[in-house]
Amino acid sequence: MEVERISGLKFHKKQDVAIVGAGMTTFKRRLNETGKELSYLAIKQALEEADMDLSDIEMVVMGSAPDTFDGLHMKGEYLLDGSGGSDRPYMRVFVGGGTGVFAPIAGYWHVASGLADVCLVVCEEKMSSSHPHPQSAFKYIWDPILDRPLNPNLIWIFALEMNRYMHVHNIKHEDIALVSVKNKANALDHPCAQLAEKITVEDVLNSEPMALPVRRLDVSPPSDGAAALIMVAPHIARQVTDNPVWVTGVGWALDTTMWTNRDLYFPRYVAEAAKMAYRMAHITDPRKEIDVAEPYDPFDYKELHHMEGLGLAKKGEAPILTREGVTARDGDLPCSPSGGLLGVGNPIAATMGVKAGELYWQLAYRAGKRQVAKEVTTGVCQAWGDLMQVGTVMVMSNKR
Amino acid sequence: MRVAVVGVGYSGFNANTPDLSWKEITLEAATRAYDDAGINPRKDVDSIVTCAEDIWEGFAIFDEFVPDQLGGVLKPTCTVCADFLFGIATAYMQIKSELADIAVVEAHSKASDILTFGETIKFAMDPIWLREIGSAHPYYFAALEMSQYVNECCITEEQIAEVVVKNKNNALKNSSAPYGSKITVEDVLNSPMVFDPMRKLEIAPRADGAIVFVLANEDVARDITDTPVWVKGVGWWSETSNYDTMSFNAAYTYKAAKMAYKLAGITNPAKEIDIAEVDDRFAFKEFQHIEALQLSKRFETGTLMQEGYFAKDGELPVNVSGGSLGIGNLLEATGGQKALEIVLQLRRLAGRRQVEAETGVAQAWRYIPTASGAVTVFGV
Amino acid sequence: MSVGKKDISCPPEAPGTPLKDADITEKKVTYVEDHPDMRYAWTAGQAISRFLNELKEGRLIATKCNKCRRILFPPRMFCELCYKPIDDWVYVKDTGTVQTFSISYIDPDARPLEEPIIVAVIAVDGASKNMAFMHVLGEVEPKDVYIGMKVKAVWKPEEEREGSVTDIKYWKPMEK
Repeated sequence: MEVERISGLKFHKKQDVAIVGAGMTTFKRRLNETGKELSYLAIKQALEEADMDLSDIEMVVMGSAPDTFDGLHMKGEYLLDGSGGSDRPYMRVFVGGGTGVFAPIAGYWHVASGLADVCLVVCEEKMSSSHPHPQSAFKYIWDPILDRPLNPNLIWIFALEMNRYMHVHNIKHEDIALVSVKNKANALDHPCAQLAEKITVEDVLNSEPMALPVRRLDVSPPSDGAAALIMVAPHIARQVTDNPVWVTGVGWALDTTMWTNRDLYFPRYVAEAAKMAYRMAHITDPRKEIDVAEPYDPFDYKELHHMEGLGLAKKGEAPILTREGVTARDGDLPCSPSGGLLGVGNPIAATMGVKAGELYWQLAYRAGKRQVAKEVTTGVCQAWGDLMQVGTVMVMSNKR
Repeated sequence: MRVAVVGVGYSGFNANTPDLSWKEITLEAATRAYDDAGINPRKDVDSIVTCAEDIWEGFAIFDEFVPDQLGGVLKPTCTVCADFLFGIATAYMQIKSELADIAVVEAHSKASDILTFGETIKFAMDPIWLREIGSAHPYYFAALEMSQYVNECCITEEQIAEVVVKNKNNALKNSSAPYGSKITVEDVLNSPMVFDPMRKLEIAPRADGAIVFVLANEDVARDITDTPVWVKGVGWWSETSNYDTMSFNAAYTYKAAKMAYKLAGITNPAKEIDIAEVDDRFAFKEFQHIEALQLSKRFETGTLMQEGYFAKDGELPVNVSGGSLGIGNLLEATGGQKALEIVLQLRRLAGRRQVEAETGVAQAWRYIPTASGAVTVFGV
Repeated sequence: MSVGKKDISCPPEAPGTPLKDADITEKKVTYVEDHPDMRYAWTAGQAISRFLNELKEGRLIATKCNKCRRILFPPRMFCELCYKPIDDWVYVKDTGTVQTFSISYIDPDARPLEEPIIVAVIAVDGASKNMAFMHVLGEVEPKDVYIGMKVKAVWKPEEEREGSVTDIKYWKPMEK
């Protein structure tokens, strides 16, 4: 380019964006409802919280991960009517597992651009339709030439990443297991939880080996479920609620496809996404300025990994913070107070309910028994997906 | 703050591409687009939007394979599961939200990699209501729609054949169109009736190709190019997911166009639009879409088609590029091919098929079995 | 329209009807089965085609970018960081270092395996830092594998090679 330009984001958006309602179904290994019905149930709850009607919705954003789970090509089109998208502008966005926080980011730009004043964001996942196991669908995420001939299982990449993370920072499995213990216990207070239980570090270390170092209790379960959020412009928010929660920053980043060419010990993709979101939210010291966090925790080590990517802990420091109780619900930096994916369940995209949804409820002081002890103003939620590749980050605040 | 197209690039279009992978055709299109815009993707691009459906590609999470060939490593890059024109709408919103100064939209088709095309379309159908019905190739869904539509609107076989003749002849002037041919109405009427009332030549064959657009906000656009093409309006709309409740007269396009025209400030499209590229993957769809875009009135479109109103030298040229009948079905890149032609025409780079135009509209449908579509209005 | 004043704890309920595996196996719920037949033939492209053909010869090949001076493996036609075509082809060794590994007790459908597979990310010698690919280890006990271990490829006999990453049977430790 001939003319020098200061690259980057200016944030003179058309209008601010608030969240005024959220809803989610229960998360279970197998639900009788179809994907459409699950979406409907989640939307109904969100509309009730916002005291709105489907006719108030102008546009719909749908988030759902691989088509292969539901056994449907163009799954978004199939889910259209259950998602409230009939006779409206309807768009499905997709960044693999990161969709749970990416869909609300897409909802953000629908409203911030001024094209919509009321946008419904709905995420659905029905993993149980895939047989013999949802893992079977993951066979098709690999490079067909370089990876698939080796008959890989998805757990492999996590095990490889976890091992590298443990090796570089010299972290013990015991310290990582604490995350699983914490999140599964937090989930006891979540009505939708699939795997809420009181367990010990020993239980995790003695659970069935899957792909070592990953054991059964290090992993979140496959689930069915759906979640919904309602995002609106300021003039609508004023009419509907006295305490909306504002989206103050969004960020997303996708790293190279060549995952074997990266050093897996640090999630650069989350760090880049967080940088973008923090810059937009004017956050310079996340460890101090963030009151509550919902980092993505499909595996116990992933919460630690992502805390470091989000700048909530220094590299290698997250296990220490966890051990000291800083990330507990009554700690100084509560992480995954919802119970996270490890406790509530992991219906890939629908984890929006325990990430973006939970953060909204925490900041609106509506999390009930799960409400964190400290006073909260600003929080961050994050998801991650693809081949350990994409980071999606959203910062919210109950002060505009 | 307006949004402009500041660079376009494409690769193809070919009936098949045995020598290049989807990554390599995308790389070619992206390199050309970045060169056209005069930017360095690693430095200047703020956001990349790719338009892809997993099952067209044969992957469970295709988004994984997107960033490298677009220069998007560690950048905000994402997938929308829809046509290229939905991607344009997404980039438009990102720029309007000030999330990006420069946003890139990509879509490609590697249809030749799919060995079981019919099965793949069938896989998009409701597993309980539709998938098990009959063993015919799912093109029959389009034939069902056609049957109702042509009867309702009194469109004759000859008028439909006229679309095929127009588009395939237009394609002869487009060196990127693999399916151009000098045919007549008689040839079309003699082609086999494969899905009564639909003939073989009325169905667009498949093609490979990739399209990349670089979009920028007004300030940046003024800095880097003398020939910005403005994205005046975007619209997208979905009717319903149930085949039995669809309108069969492209209401999705009518609503999407209303949204796009409103943003563009267009009140009388038939007068204000100079050129249109519409989805013609089944010949009858061109009539549907012309009407839904309000470019002509119902019951008049057939006659106008025969009178050459939509021909290259007609009042309102439609599918001068050769359309999908001449270029091929590019799956989710179909809207990309439509938008590309409009941009090339408005920039006066269309060579032998150049027409006089200042405002153009591109439209695409999400193919069977959907009732979703998007519309973009471009202008200079 | 005054949600903010509502004193509710969210989510207020957990809608949905959970099923047990037995509900399916004993056909207590209605379901429809489908076994789709979708097949693809992906074009390997220029870089990977050459890579696969070299595998038949028992060699590993990489590409080189003269701008960032990286030797890229697996090879590609363009450098994704510099966004330019590659400059050269170079052979790399069939020895390498274990970057990270896992001992897998499950198959791709998450069914248990009798004998675990040891999978590793192996950085090949001769390529740039972190230029690695995924493969399996053999001739080694799970307890003896460590990060940093030097390994060497064990190739299939020439006549059995077909131009696939499985032309390397596995990688084995170099010291012993």
